Amino acid sequence: MSRSKKNFINNLITYGIVIAAFLICQLALSGSIDGFKMSRSLKGQLIPICVYIVMAVSLNLTVGISGELSLGHAGFMSVGAFSGIIMSTWLASRFQMENEAVRLILSLITGGIFAGIAGVLIGIPVLRLRGDYLAIVTLAFGEIIRNVLNCLYFSIDEGRLYMNFNNPNLPGRIIYNGPAGATGVDKISTFVMGFALVLFTLFVVLNLINSRSGRAIMAIRDARVAAESVGINVTKYKMMAFVTSAVLGGMAGALYGLNISSVTAAKFKFDTSILVLVFVVLGGIGNIRGSIIAATLLTILPEMLRAFSDYRMLVYAVVLIAVMLATNSPFLASRLNAVKARFARKAKNGKEGNAA
Amino acid sequence: MVSLLSHLLNGISLGSVYAIIALGYTMVYGIAKMLNFAHGDVIMIGAYITFSAVHGWNMPPVLAVVISMVVCTVLGVLIEGLAYKPLRQATSLAVLITAIGMSYLLQNIALLVWGANPKSFPSVIDLQSISLLNGQLIISAEAIITVLANIVIMIALTLFTSKTKMGKSMRGVSEDKGAAQLMGINVNLTISVTFAIGSALAAIAGVLLCSTYPVLMPTTGSMPGIKAFTAAVFGGIGSIPGAMLGGILLGVIEILGKAYVSTELSDALVFGVLIIVLLVKPTGLLGSKAHEKV
Amino acid sequence: MTQKRKSDTKMVPVPSHSIVPERDVDKCPVLETRHLGIEFGGLKAVEDFNLTIGATEIAGLIGPNGAGKTTVFNLLTKVYQPTHGVVILDGKDTAGLNAAQASKLGIARTFQNIRLFGNMTVEDNVRIGLHNQIRYNMATGILRLPGYWKQEKAQHQKALELLSIFDMQDMADKQAGSLPYGAQRRLEIVRALATNPKLLLLDEPAAGMNPHETEELMENIIKIRDQFQIAIMLIEHDMNLVMGICEGICVLNYGRIIAKGTASEIQSNPTVIEAYLGKRKED
Repeated sequence: MSRSKKNFINNLITYGIVIAAFLICQLALSGSIDGFKMSRSLKGQLIPICVYIVMAVSLNLTVGISGELSLGHAGFMSVGAFSGIIMSTWLASRFQMENEAVRLILSLITGGIFAGIAGVLIGIPVLRLRGDYLAIVTLAFGEIIRNVLNCLYFSIDEGRLYMNFNNPNLPGRIIYNGPAGATGVDKISTFVMGFALVLFTLFVVLNLINSRSGRAIMAIRDARVAAESVGINVTKYKMMAFVTSAVLGGMAGALYGLNISSVTAAKFKFDTSILVLVFVVLGGIGNIRGSIIAATLLTILPEMLRAFSDYRMLVYAVVLIAVMLATNSPFLASRLNAVKARFARKAKNGKEGNAA
Repeated sequence: MVSLLSHLLNGISLGSVYAIIALGYTMVYGIAKMLNFAHGDVIMIGAYITFSAVHGWNMPPVLAVVISMVVCTVLGVLIEGLAYKPLRQATSLAVLITAIGMSYLLQNIALLVWGANPKSFPSVIDLQSISLLNGQLIISAEAIITVLANIVIMIALTLFTSKTKMGKSMRGVSEDKGAAQLMGINVNLTISVTFAIGSALAAIAGVLLCSTYPVLMPTTGSMPGIKAFTAAVFGGIGSIPGAMLGGILLGVIEILGKAYVSTELSDALVFGVLIIVLLVKPTGLLGSKAHEKV
Repeated sequence: MTQKRKSDTKMVPVPSHSIVPERDVDKCPVLETRHLGIEFGGLKAVEDFNLTIGATEIAGLIGPNGAGKTTVFNLLTKVYQPTHGVVILDGKDTAGLNAAQASKLGIARTFQNIRLFGNMTVEDNVRIGLHNQIRYNMATGILRLPGYWKQEKAQHQKALELLSIFDMQDMADKQAGSLPYGAQRRLEIVRALATNPKLLLLDEPAAGMNPHETEELMENIIKIRDQFQIAIMLIEHDMNLVMGICEGICVLNYGRIIAKGTASEIQSNPTVIEAYLGKRKED
């Protein structure tokens, strides 16, 4: 089978899984089938699942496709969340916008734009660095964003937006209050919109990968010097991946922010970046479908295993280390292959035995 | 003027803690070429062990610190042997993610063993603070001990790497792992010893850190860990005097930033400095330049 | 978007350092270096490197191990920035350019230790080589506009056409890293050719090849030169290959050029013999 056909079918499967999952959820939500209903806690997880899928897929663009370990993805999420919330509140107050869907879409776009701007500003210095240095600086920027957000204050007065730095004295109604974050947010996020955002993300990321730009990005990842030698502008394509990833992360953030009534910057700490990284690693670095599945399962599982919540992060950590060792250690890899081969042989023998 | 002096002293004291932590990062990075993300959490474990030894088992502080050093040394060697050694040939991305996993593992083990509630750490240093300038300037005993410990460690490490056989092996391995192996240096042993020394220093740093800032939580080590790595990069990774210089400068910047700019933004200031240094002089203040082979 | 070579490219009036003057006379030089040099921490890896290569010349760069041959390639392709001197590519000064910009001026290379995009297919490797030849922007790619389909098809056809130089079109869907060694070396040449270069640098193209493969490679190098009308410069330790196809040879030792000339001139040059075999005792 030719390369492009293989890609096409692979992508079709990914879209198919997402759409099928959405339809099943809608069916369960409608309650039209007896005995097939969704628990309350699971219902509450639907939008976060969409948020984390978009976060994981977009981070995978940086980590898997572009090959740069970013430890500050939650920073873009926070920029998107708060700019989205502020936009939504402003639209409601300035234009008395009734249509929540339009307001949500505009807020998502705003979140994406502001996160994209942050991505450009951060990308310019960060992408000049390599390897561990790049990782630590993305981490540093994630923390800087959080620190700066803790110093910002926004208010709305008669449809006008006011902003202040390090000083909460603003006219009108405060909508973003420094360390106390945003409160009284209109919860306008919907599962349908979350699903649409997931599809949009897949469309952008998968189409990017299978295009001239995507090949350039992956060429830089695989052999930077060789990529430069055929005339690929390294900075441009690294930036392209990084900023696209930031924009999508920002949109996910806006969806997240408009789903809960109060959010603080502390929610988007380093831990959140790591959580999303865990999704990416467990789903397979560079594997988009894997990111989707890992993000979904690992968002639902903790809710289902509430009794073990103390051990959750412990298990994550152990699994993270185990996966890295199993996939990267030559010794373990050869062991694993031997075991696999033995199982395959047994299965084959078993089948032959049955046939006889 | 006196307040500035007092802030400076606090900065040097905090910076000395960073410097001791940064030594662990810089030695490991120099020799194993990896960023041991879990180093900060070894500090936290060290502090908890000391806490338990003093509080739970009523040990004298000095003995508690020694026990904590032994535990951390064993822990460091174990971490290296179990998680990092199998990944010698793997990409730096894989090693870094593993180290992050290890960091989370240590934090969560601490969470299960000691609980999430912050513990108030008893200062293990039972000495009088010094009062200068008619009591306007008070220097705590903790600050003095921290700075002294820093100086002693620095001198000891410099002598160790230049005079002893193992120290020379370390320098050899950090220059060229393959060549060192050919010269008969046991590379695996050298890396293990490096982790052992770094972890023992982490235990000391944990005790000193918590004696000055007496709140102990499972996440206590992570932020100082990251800042100490920043210090190591700032000074030039792989360089022992660089770690010292970077640590102290960073501590001073942080304390002065807190005092004169904004408490909220002091961390942002520290990281801002890191970013500027990396852009202007990517090898740090005292680092040497490396060429990429094509 | 293949560029036609301009026939009116300006000649640069400089004292010729070309090994084969007659090629200089009818064609403009494609490459010219003047006093090129680089230091690594005080160590002069290459110094005072002067060379001119004619537009369709096949030139050889030889010398003992560690003489600085690959460093010269890295200087010419702007992987390293020289500490002294200039590199003039096709009449344009390359000062301040990076490797990607130098590629756009028409220089392409292969690597001594193969640097393919090993996880990608053979065809994708060539398509990446076509990056600046058949182009469309990011938005066209994501939105799958008509330009995407058109240019992707053009890339596919061009890639197969280039692969057919080495009869490799059947391997297009294979993973590049899984190819045998010799095929990987050939794929690197195809990828370099895809950038539509005026000067192709080959770093030890015959390394690891058996005599039969080397023979084939020699024919192919000449074929490529004749078909694409480009200059080729190669580093090689296989003297049969160098003496067999290089019209001009430049010998490097300790970072300095010790001899330039045709194959027979080089073979009888006492300095060269000394550099390869060592000095006599009485010196």
